[in-house]
Amino acid sequence: MTTTNTVMPYDEALERFEPVIGLETHVELGTTSKMFCGCPTTFGAPPNTHVCPVCLALPGALPVANDKAIESTIRIGLALNCTIAEWCRFARKNYFYPDMPKNYQISQYDEPLCTNGYLDVEVDGRTVRVEIERVHLEEDTGKSTHVGGATGRIQGADYSIVDYNRAGIPLVEIVTKPVEGTDRLAPEVAKAYVTELREVMRTLGVSDVRMEEGSLRCDVNVSLMPRGSTVWGTRTETKNVNSLRSVERAVHGEIERQAAILADGGRIVQETRHFHEDTGATTPGRSKEEAQDYRYFPEPDLLPIAPTPEWVEELRSELPELPTVRRRRLQAEWGVSDLDMTAMHNADAVALVEATVLAGVPAADARKWWMGELARRANESGTSLAVLPITPEQIARVVQLVASGALNDKLARQVLEGVLAGEGSPDEVVEARGLRIVSDEGELSSIIDKVLSANADAADKVRSGKIAAVGALVGGVMKASRGKADAGRARELILEKLGVSE
Amino acid sequence: MSLTRNTAAELGALIASGEVSAVEVTQAHLDRIAEVDPQVHAFLHVAAESALEQARSIDARRAAGEELGPLAGVPIAHKDVFTTKDMPTTAGSKILEGYRPPYDATVTARLREAGLVIIGKTNLDEFAMGSSTENSAYGPTHNPWDLDRIPGGSSGGSSAAVASYQAPLSTGTDTGGSIRQPAAVTGIVGMKPTYGGSSRYGVIAFASSLDTPGPFARNVLDAALLHEAFSGHDVMDTTSIHAEVPPVVEAARRADVSGLRVGVVKEFAGEGYQPGVLARFREAVDLLESLGAKVVEVSCPSFTYALPAYYLIAPSECSSNLARFDGMRYGLRVGDDGTHSAEEVMALTRAAGFGPEVKRRIMLGTYALSSGYYDAYYGSAQKVRTLISRDFEAAFHQVDVLVSPTTPTTAFPIGERADDPMAMYLADLCTIPANLAGNAAISVPCGLAEEDGLPVGLQIMAPVLGDERCYRVGAALEKAFEDRWGGPLLKEAPSL
Repeated sequence: MTTTNTVMPYDEALERFEPVIGLETHVELGTTSKMFCGCPTTFGAPPNTHVCPVCLALPGALPVANDKAIESTIRIGLALNCTIAEWCRFARKNYFYPDMPKNYQISQYDEPLCTNGYLDVEVDGRTVRVEIERVHLEEDTGKSTHVGGATGRIQGADYSIVDYNRAGIPLVEIVTKPVEGTDRLAPEVAKAYVTELREVMRTLGVSDVRMEEGSLRCDVNVSLMPRGSTVWGTRTETKNVNSLRSVERAVHGEIERQAAILADGGRIVQETRHFHEDTGATTPGRSKEEAQDYRYFPEPDLLPIAPTPEWVEELRSELPELPTVRRRRLQAEWGVSDLDMTAMHNADAVALVEATVLAGVPAADARKWWMGELARRANESGTSLAVLPITPEQIARVVQLVASGALNDKLARQVLEGVLAGEGSPDEVVEARGLRIVSDEGELSSIIDKVLSANADAADKVRSGKIAAVGALVGGVMKASRGKADAGRARELILEKLGVSE
Repeated sequence: MSLTRNTAAELGALIASGEVSAVEVTQAHLDRIAEVDPQVHAFLHVAAESALEQARSIDARRAAGEELGPLAGVPIAHKDVFTTKDMPTTAGSKILEGYRPPYDATVTARLREAGLVIIGKTNLDEFAMGSSTENSAYGPTHNPWDLDRIPGGSSGGSSAAVASYQAPLSTGTDTGGSIRQPAAVTGIVGMKPTYGGSSRYGVIAFASSLDTPGPFARNVLDAALLHEAFSGHDVMDTTSIHAEVPPVVEAARRADVSGLRVGVVKEFAGEGYQPGVLARFREAVDLLESLGAKVVEVSCPSFTYALPAYYLIAPSECSSNLARFDGMRYGLRVGDDGTHSAEEVMALTRAAGFGPEVKRRIMLGTYALSSGYYDAYYGSAQKVRTLISRDFEAAFHQVDVLVSPTTPTTAFPIGERADDPMAMYLADLCTIPANLAGNAAISVPCGLAEEDGLPVGLQIMAPVLGDERCYRVGAALEKAFEDRWGGPLLKEAPSL
């Protein structure tokens, strides 16, 4: 099912309309066992091997709440500056779907564990406060695979298979309040929010937050109102936007799509929409008219959650240094500008740079490689730095090789290319590709002799005192050595051979 | 024959002393089942082989000098709503025909640990919804006192099995009266423990906030021994209470009510009550007074609203609890012929697999929970529930136990109320308040109604975790009645 949306160019859309965005994020907690049973949560096990009577909803089975998941949710709430409920309950969300074994999801409804918080994000040099409506705890569903049919969706499939390994994995849902006043930065704010949230989760150690594995999933709400209006428009909810870049694209695309409809006198339908990674477009899902009545009611199989204020304070006092604080500290330690720090943050490079520095190299070098060569390669292949198949330790090794004179920058880039291509560690790539700088004086000397005789004009100019002309000769040596010569040493030898001193 | 007439306590002692073997006791009951169950239909499954095997193992352990509990080797009939890994578990529903669970309910496991010999699974109203066992997908159970009458429900197979000497003990679950009402109409003892006093893990859920496993027996002490054997906290059921099991066996042995304050619930009398039931009830109250209890009348005004509140809360929970029966992972599957979607298969399976009463309650509950009606129905019912708890609390400031008839009438003829759900629901009028508040309550025999010669039950209600009071009063009354009758009420039953 592909429908082409009529769109209004972004700039024009923003001239006429003001966006209001909202985000619902689901984070799978990294607890060792599931939310309501003892099954393991490790990703990638053979289908239907991490299951038991409870998470398969066999007759008679009962849930037992995972205390660690409750603790993690409270810690997330505290890190997001929320109020922690002193008493709240799980609720059943009733709907039929084959990947949900009980045909109801244990979730929270009108009594979430955490409410009224905020997360500050930095975009374009300014701080935007994203207010948090609620943070609640629930369980994940199983995973359906629809076989046959063109779209991979249930419509048109020949048959479907279900893996219940994921069923019952603890899931935290974080819902923002509507975010107003972001203006044309709405897509960047959305992306920055998810990036920041992900870093908070990582810092807390509550989840591995891998969007590509679905341990962090995002639904994006967008509405538009005409400039000057204070009445929010009808919103759409774009489901399962599964990368940071997609978050940005989904908001961007939805603004363009809605603007075209509104400008044409049309009406936005309140509906869920599906995001398509390939085209960046969205297609309609369920409309509000078809929306289900979930018949929420308090879960009678579980006791209320009643964290004592003392325990909450204890958890608060044990919170680790949060990302914004940490970034400020690192910025000072590394001595970089606001702009550079923001760039690193937006590229999701702070943790990588930090790890590289911890591996023993200067911050400036670590930053140079991650934000230069590697950022370029990530960008070219449309992925993120974190998923590049190279580690901070490997970058550190390359930096050390350059510092020791064994590599120059050009050779270093080739080493990185080799590591990224899976050719092994930096040392292995250097060895296999023969990338070490030519330090053998005899070999270098014979290369220089050849270059001098082939470039007699330039050699004469240098002899006559035009030392600037030596650059062309060094270039010739580098070319002849296929970049492996030590340019500094070559320069010295050339001048020496030509009897010129500086 | 004689071994089937013994009490569970006697059988346990006979086996322990080596006078009889567990195998002999089990075989005697299996023979009795073969003889009378074709008429009674208390069992959905008789596990002769595994029962004898278990009995043999008990005998071997005893022979090896192992110290065994008071009920080791005693046969028990197990309501077919508890999961059993070595026997089918159907909950009386076609949707689970032939289903074999891979795990034991906590109660099942504890019966085994206590050395009880599970001789089979008993009939029940489908998913424990009903008061007559007529809603079983596998046909009704018959009351041993009159085979044309109902044995009560939903645990009617369990009550009939014990009343017809097919087992000295059985298990039940009580959601709105499903242990006490069947006990009352078959002339035996049935106890609903405090909610959370016994584990629900492995009990196929009807209404989670109400379901309570409990014992059936032919006398109060046996019920207490069984109660003690399977009760207590269970880590697999977080709603089970972290507390010691109340001293029920000690209370059953004490059997004395002198100085005890007994409250007669004023609201449970009058229209709709069979005169013979009220007469026996008053006689029982007089007897308690003659034994030294202080009897007062107590008003619990919100008990009047218990029945309507129950018929909102229980169906609401069941509409959600029964959603898992969708043909996807186990049980019946209908329409899976390649022409139907998963959603259609679910609908076809549920349409074919559930009986009319279950469907009625799922629809009631779905409606009561739906958006826009929740506050008026489920919300209001929860408020009534709070008021009922308060009435109990206030009453237990004045008295130690409350008493009432267990059920307004004696056993009614099979088929009489089958097409009249409201008439059927009234059978649980007096038992429901204790479920809504989570209190302990027991039914003990108090004689035969004059007009039909059928058993009448007296209900004794105690505070939460005051289960021992039910046994103490029940045992005192039992003793006094048996002195008067010259033996247990059940000896009046026609022989089968």
